[in-house]
Formats: sequence, structure tokens, C-alpha cells
Amino acid sequence: MTDTASDKIPVTVLTGYLGAGKTTLLNRILTEPHGKKFAVIVNEFGEIGIDNDLVVGADEEVFEMNNGCICCTVRGDLIRIIEGLMKRKGRFDAILVETTGLADPAPVAQTFFVDQDVGAKTRLDAVVTVADAKWLKDRLKDAPEAKNQVAFADVILLNKTDLVTPAELREVEARIRAINPYAVLHRTQKCAVPLDAVLNRGAFDLERILEIEPAFLTADDHDHHHHDHHDHECGPGCTHDHHHHDHDHHHHGGLKHYHDEEMQSVSIAIDGDVDPEKFMPWINDLVQVEGPNILRSKGILAFKKEPKRFVFQGVHMILDGDLQRDWRADEKRVSRIVFIGRNLKEDELKKGFLACAA
Amino acid sequence: MIQPASSLTERVQSLAFDAHILAAGFVGGELAIVTAEGAIQIGRETTALHPHTDAILVARITGERIVTGGDDGRVFECRPGKEPKLLGEGKGWVDALALGPDGAVAWSVGRQAFTRDNKGNMKSLALASSARGLAFFPKGYRLAVSQNGFVQLWFPNMAAEPERLEWKGSHLECEVSPDGRFVITSMQENQLHGWRLADKGHMRMSGYPAKVRDMSWSHDGLWLATSGAEAAIVWPFAKDGPMGKPPRECGARPARVTKVAFHPKALVLAVGYQDGWVLLIRLTDATELLVRAGGDGSAITALAWSADGRRLIFGAESGAAGLLDLPV
Repeated sequence: MTDTASDKIPVTVLTGYLGAGKTTLLNRILTEPHGKKFAVIVNEFGEIGIDNDLVVGADEEVFEMNNGCICCTVRGDLIRIIEGLMKRKGRFDAILVETTGLADPAPVAQTFFVDQDVGAKTRLDAVVTVADAKWLKDRLKDAPEAKNQVAFADVILLNKTDLVTPAELREVEARIRAINPYAVLHRTQKCAVPLDAVLNRGAFDLERILEIEPAFLTADDHDHHHHDHHDHECGPGCTHDHHHHDHDHHHHGGLKHYHDEEMQSVSIAIDGDVDPEKFMPWINDLVQVEGPNILRSKGILAFKKEPKRFVFQGVHMILDGDLQRDWRADEKRVSRIVFIGRNLKEDELKKGFLACAA
Repeated sequence: MIQPASSLTERVQSLAFDAHILAAGFVGGELAIVTAEGAIQIGRETTALHPHTDAILVARITGERIVTGGDDGRVFECRPGKEPKLLGEGKGWVDALALGPDGAVAWSVGRQAFTRDNKGNMKSLALASSARGLAFFPKGYRLAVSQNGFVQLWFPNMAAEPERLEWKGSHLECEVSPDGRFVITSMQENQLHGWRLADKGHMRMSGYPAKVRDMSWSHDGLWLATSGAEAAIVWPFAKDGPMGKPPRECGARPARVTKVAFHPKALVLAVGYQDGWVLLIRLTDATELLVRAGGDGSAITALAWSADGRRLIFGAESGAAGLLDLPV
């Protein structure tokens, strides 16, 4: 599953609840002067005009793999469409998949890890979720799909920020962070973001999982030189504060802390090495049992007597892990794992992981 | 690496096309090539036909005709010296295609399967999920339609609800044995599933490292060759079928088999590989003959014999192709 081969076609998945602005984002990506050619897979053919040569209508056929793994669902139509597209190499450089507003992103993501043929020719780059700043808060209450999409995201565009007050914006951001503190979040109007905020993220690339600190709302991303004032990438590790709204100094980065009853993230760290003989069976058993509830998982681990970092990421029951670069001399050997999921048993997870300490 | 005892490479003429070769064969004695970029080439000297507005997704070639389905939702029939004939038109990609006895054609677009008989009568069947494979029975106007969870056996001219052969999982390619006794599908889970129609007996043929995307019946109908492993896996279908019998492994090489084609008159199997190799293997004594030692290294995507068994044509993902003339 690991790929560093750059000749694989990157695939970006655009999700978001009905009306959040997915098609706006899609058209924005397509019309930016990037010189790239995209193949676009949309859910309802011809619904809204999409200005692109290669547009394919998909019908979201989700099916279970017949391998005894109930959460191991894939998108049969995607397998078929990608197979057809890959016979026309040179026609496009990247694929964009727009899902329906009610879609669960997991089967889409799992398709890239479960289907050998799809995985051999393409790589999942990131799941980008567009959220409506005004309505997301309500949808998180009444639409499980909206919550799934936020929980699953690598990048979240909090869109239509012009329709809410600064207080409402802080509120909805806090709700998002209660579910998914790890996604990179951008505040947008009309989905205006620089393309590198949504494309070529390498979110599933083990080589590019550098750190998994929560990306709290603290600052702009310093890597971007051409974004406008509405686009705040709140990346990890920043301490600057460039936001327009007032800050509540009692909270980190002005963020209120919420707890979502159903969907949470759990982060556990061991201040030192982990014994792979204990960790591997534990994590494998865990995802076998809890896989349906664990949407995403990630970890960077210091294995006993191993100079390299072990990095893994997972989607439900599917885990992908490998040894990455060496731990640097100035880097503390800390082992950290995170889970985003439904009804996570935090105490059990902690107990289980801490028992893997070397 | 096993070196085949002898070689036919000097009898192969190289051909080159500019796109992924979807299908190759012989029509009216001429070679025929269909590319994913929409070109249909009949013979070496003529100009390619482009009946579809863009890509061709599926193609079938028999001795008389080429039938293609495109991303324009259209199905065309091409015969040598004639204008392409539009057989049907729908909205969406043509996903699967099969040619039947007496000039019948079947295809699927999204969740609908269509048949068209030689008089032009069309029938359609609504499906629960997209059809991935279609196959006509050798006798009677009957079609097998593989889908997610089952295969439907449909008599287009009868009002009765199609019979269902159920098996959990997604069924891809579909084959009916030449004697009409067995229906075989390849599955998403790297295995074959089969039904013996007489008693609905199940057959599960597993152990493949990859999906089986190509199957070929021997001329006597007693063997089914399959792709998907680092050898052609050939299942025995004499008597009650392959239950409890091990398959033959032919042409084991350190590369995955992508295409298989049984000779029309002898127990000789042509095998195309992921790395561009093509071998001929005689089933009776496992003798191997080299046809192509990789060429440009691109995967073999098309492989077919002429009806008389004297010529073999192959095509690759890169557009490279070759024509073998066997010594008489």
C-alpha cells in the first residue's frame, strides 16, 4: 500500500454535506490557471455545469468485500471508472472525485487501499471536506453523514464564513475541532483557497506524516504566499495569531472546547519507545474489533532498538504502516497514536497502548 | 527464469499503435485492433475508423465483426468494407459487452442491460447494480449478467423474472461453458466462482494473487484457462467440473499473466504477461514456445487467434502489437 512512486495519479476526494459548496470548489480547482488536466468523477451526471473535458458520472455503488470484514466496503463504480480512465494515460494528470452530500467517505478511501488495480495506478491524496459555516452546527446534530465527513477529513474548508458572525464562526470551528482536531482547516468564502491547500497534500503518504499534533486554530500557514485574507490555514506548530476575531484568552487559540457525544478523537503518547512485539498484535486486534467505529488512525512510533520512525495510518480496519526516516539526534523519541471515531473507549485505548511501552 | 525450448520470435511482425490496445483479432481474414482512444483498425493498409465521439471502453471481435462500446454510451458494429452501424445509444459509459450466436449483441450501461438480436429487436433489463460481465449461452437466446451479489440468467424474449445465481461478493467477468452446463465469474476477491446449473452446485476456485480478468475455454470445452497468477491457471471441466481437482499451471514465469487464449483447434494456450512476454504452451506435454520476449515491457492487454489457428495477434498497454504467422 505504501507508495512513493510519483507516477501514480493522485486522487482528491471532495466531500461535504448538501449545499456546502463542493461543486464551487470543484469548479474553482478546474478553472485556476494551473496547466493541469483533471479527470472529474461526479455523482450526478450533468447536474451543475462542470467545465472540464473529462467528466464521468458515478453512481456510488458501495459494496462489502466478501472477506468477512463488515466495514471493509468499497466503491464498485469507482473501481470500474478508474480502470477505464487509466487506459487513457496522458489525458489527465490527476483525478477529482466529488461525492454526494450524503456519502460516507470511507468506502471511497478504502477503494484505494483494498483494490489492487486501483492502488497500483493511483494514490489517494486527501479527503477534502467542505463545510457550511452557517449550517454545519445543525447538520452535526441531525445528519450523521455530515459528522462522518468532518471526522474523516484531511482538509476542511469552512465555507460561507461571510454569512456568520465572528462568534458563530468560533462556535462552529470549536464543534469541528471537537470531532477532528487534526485536519487542516481553512476559512473560505466561495471556496477560495490556493490550490496547494487542497491538492498534492499527501495525506495518506507515510513519508509525509511528519507530526500529528492537533492543528488548533492558531495561525496562518507560512508556506502560502498568495492566499487572501479569508483563507486561514491553521497548521500545526504555529504560535502566531492572525485572526480577525476577538480572542478568549482563557482558551488555546481562542477556541472553546466542546465534547461531541458521539464522535471523538483520542490521542495517546508514550514518552519513549514501544515494543513492536506488543504493539503490532494490539493494534491489529484493536482494528479487527473496533474497526467499524474507528474512522481514521495515525501514529508515529519509536520502536525499541530501531533507529527509524515507524509511521502508520489507517481507515477503519485497513492499516498501512512502514519504517520511515531516522529519528533525528535533536528529536525526542516519543510514540504517539491518534484515533478519530465513534464512541471511542478512551480508557481502554489508553490502557492498551500504554501496555505496549518498551 | 525458465527459457522456453524454442522460439517463434522470428515469425512475429511488430506493429505499433498510439494507444492502449483494448482488443485484437481477425475480421474477414484481416487483422483488427481496437484502441482505448477510439480507433478501430481493420487490415494494415486502411485508415482507422473512429465511430465513437471519444474513448472505446469495451470491444469484442469475431471473425465477421467488431462491436465496440464507448464512453459516449453508444455501441457500434463494424464489418470490413462497411460503414460502422450504430446498434444502440444510452446515457453513461458502456461497461460490458458480449456477442451471441446469430449476430446477437448484449451490453450494459449503468444499471441497465440491453440485448439486440440480428433483426434489431431490442430488450432491456433493469439491474440492482451495474453489470460487470455479460455472456451469452451457446444455445437459446439467453444471457448471463454478473453483478454485485449474484448472476442473473435472462431470457430476453421471455417475460419471466430472470433466474438468480447468488453468491456474496462482487462478480466481475462472466463466462458460460461451451456446453452451457457451467456459469463462471471472476470476483473482486481474487477468485473464481462457478455454478453447475444442473444442481446449482457451487464451485470456488481461489488462490489467485490478483483479480482474474481474462478467461478462455479450450476448443473441446474441457479446460478453462485463466489469468491472475504468475502462470496460466487451467481448470478441468470434464464430467462434473473442477470440484476437488487441482488446476494445471502453465507457463510459470516471474510475471503475472494478463491474457489467455486457447487455440481454436488444438490444446495449445497462448499466454500474455504483465511484462510484455507472450508464450505458447502445449497442454499435453507442457512444451513452451516463445512468441515475444517482452518487447517494450508493457503489459499484454489483447490476445487472439485467427479462426484457422494459423495466426496469433497480441497487443499491449503501450500500443505495441505483434502478429505471429505459424509455420504450416
